[in-house]
Amino acid sequence: MSDSAISGPRPRASASSTFGRLAALAFAALAVFLLLPFIGLLARVSPAVLVARLGDPAVLSALKLSFVTSVWATALVVLLGTPAAYLLATRDFTGKRLVEVLVDLPMVLPPTVAGFALLMAFGRTGYAGRALGLLGASLPFTTAGVVAAQVFMAAPFFISPARAGFAGVDRRLVDAAATLRASEAFTFFRVVLPLAAPSLLAGVAMSAARALGEFGATITFAGNLAGTTRTMPLAVYVALQSDLDTAVVLSVLLLAMSFGLLLGLRAAPVGLFWNKPRAGA
Amino acid sequence: MKRVRRTGVGRRLGSLAGVLAAPLLLAFTAPRPAASGTPSTRSSTTTVRVFAAASLAEAFGDIAKQYERAHPGTSVQLNLAGSQQLATQIEQGAAADVFASADRRWMSYLEERSRFSGADTVFARNRLVVIVPRTNPARIGRLQDLARPGVKLVLGAEAVPVGQYSREALRNLSRIDGFGADYARRVLANLVSEEENVKSVVGKVQLGEADAGIVYRSDVTPSVSRYVRVLDIPDSANVLATYAIAVVSGAGHRSAAQEFVALVLSPAGQRTLGARGLIPVAAAGRRDSDTP
Repeated sequence: MSDSAISGPRPRASASSTFGRLAALAFAALAVFLLLPFIGLLARVSPAVLVARLGDPAVLSALKLSFVTSVWATALVVLLGTPAAYLLATRDFTGKRLVEVLVDLPMVLPPTVAGFALLMAFGRTGYAGRALGLLGASLPFTTAGVVAAQVFMAAPFFISPARAGFAGVDRRLVDAAATLRASEAFTFFRVVLPLAAPSLLAGVAMSAARALGEFGATITFAGNLAGTTRTMPLAVYVALQSDLDTAVVLSVLLLAMSFGLLLGLRAAPVGLFWNKPRAGA
Repeated sequence: MKRVRRTGVGRRLGSLAGVLAAPLLLAFTAPRPAASGTPSTRSSTTTVRVFAAASLAEAFGDIAKQYERAHPGTSVQLNLAGSQQLATQIEQGAAADVFASADRRWMSYLEERSRFSGADTVFARNRLVVIVPRTNPARIGRLQDLARPGVKLVLGAEAVPVGQYSREALRNLSRIDGFGADYARRVLANLVSEEENVKSVVGKVQLGEADAGIVYRSDVTPSVSRYVRVLDIPDSANVLATYAIAVVSGAGHRSAAQEFVALVLSPAGQRTLGARGLIPVAAAGRRDSDTP
């Protein structure tokens, strides 16, 4: 509760008000609700078991596959999502609303439905799938299929914050660059991108974490085979049905990775990546 | 002015709380008569929770309806999944009254952990078949074709009853002339996905994504058979799946659960199982007499 963010005198200290106390109470209840499952998971496994199971081939292969696929998926999301976010933030065109909804849709779509829809399009009998088949390529049951499912589900988690970041760039700075006859590309890379970098990084963290946790679309679209398509969430699902220790270890690993990803990229000093021009300088 | 707005918000919040609370209240109150020994105010709340192997979906759906007709005021809730998944759920304390497994392995798994009141009973058997999409993209005409490189084969995972039976059948086929001793190994090299229950295997083949899968004969329901072709596995190599049923210890509705098991074992229940493509236990004794 930082008062410094709000300028000017405030009529009452909010922490002591009934409203503030109620809000804090609700927040505490939610925090406990969110925290308890994690504590339960961590309490279930001893460090010795955790370390011993890390060498388990099933754990290692899932870990490796999850790492490779989510790095690929995140890279593709950033590569294809950055232009999309930039255009959505800076251009107006007919049907923009529709495009925005379509881009956001995977966020709320049940992943199983997404996987099924992917099958209908990129499956062997789907329109795009048949075209791929003519080229001798096929996505279902392949690692590329896992990446496709992850990109589909993770893209909006990058595009949304990236778009907000681009939209938040001070228009006057862009105009100033234009008066200095900077091209749009030059302005994008030297002015807009550095200013929007914190939002982009937040988007990278969110989408990477989403890709890492992808389950429903993957198992529906890409299948479930160790070493090829069985990523960590799928391995948890498999282990939950017969080998609880492994399920706990994999879950704790996923938890740690997601936590680290969100925390690390959020806390990353943006200056390390870009020289941030000062607004109004 | 301020007051008016506050009451407006308050009312809205109130109705929102009502909307949120209603399902919660239902969720908390519904199982209560079962948990405590107090007689329920209305007998219509009795629900028998039957955890059944996914392959029993159709047959147990029918039997549940028969049961509800015979026992007004009692409803049957089916939880259908791979037997391994159900066994783990029950082991972890899921509220189940009846467990029906597609193999003995998961039955004894729970037996060893003394999760049953009384012994389990074998109530049906099932035969394995190979299914391919009606379009048959890999042009599979006989079982030998499953070993051809590039065939996309989907099986149940090894922990799933159908997955284990399938691997057993493939090993049996390897011992038959014309298949080759490495038949099972070559077929398993074509495995592209291991599913967590037999219905997922059916789904992957039905969608035309997989070239072939091994499922139970009873899974080839009329709606499925519009999309798939069936290849029989010869009796000499086929594996008969053994279905067993038991009342879970600590069942909330013990007598209702026992009545459900009794119905499954009754002539009427056995007829239903037979009508749905399973092999009733009486008939299973005579191996060759299973006529659909």
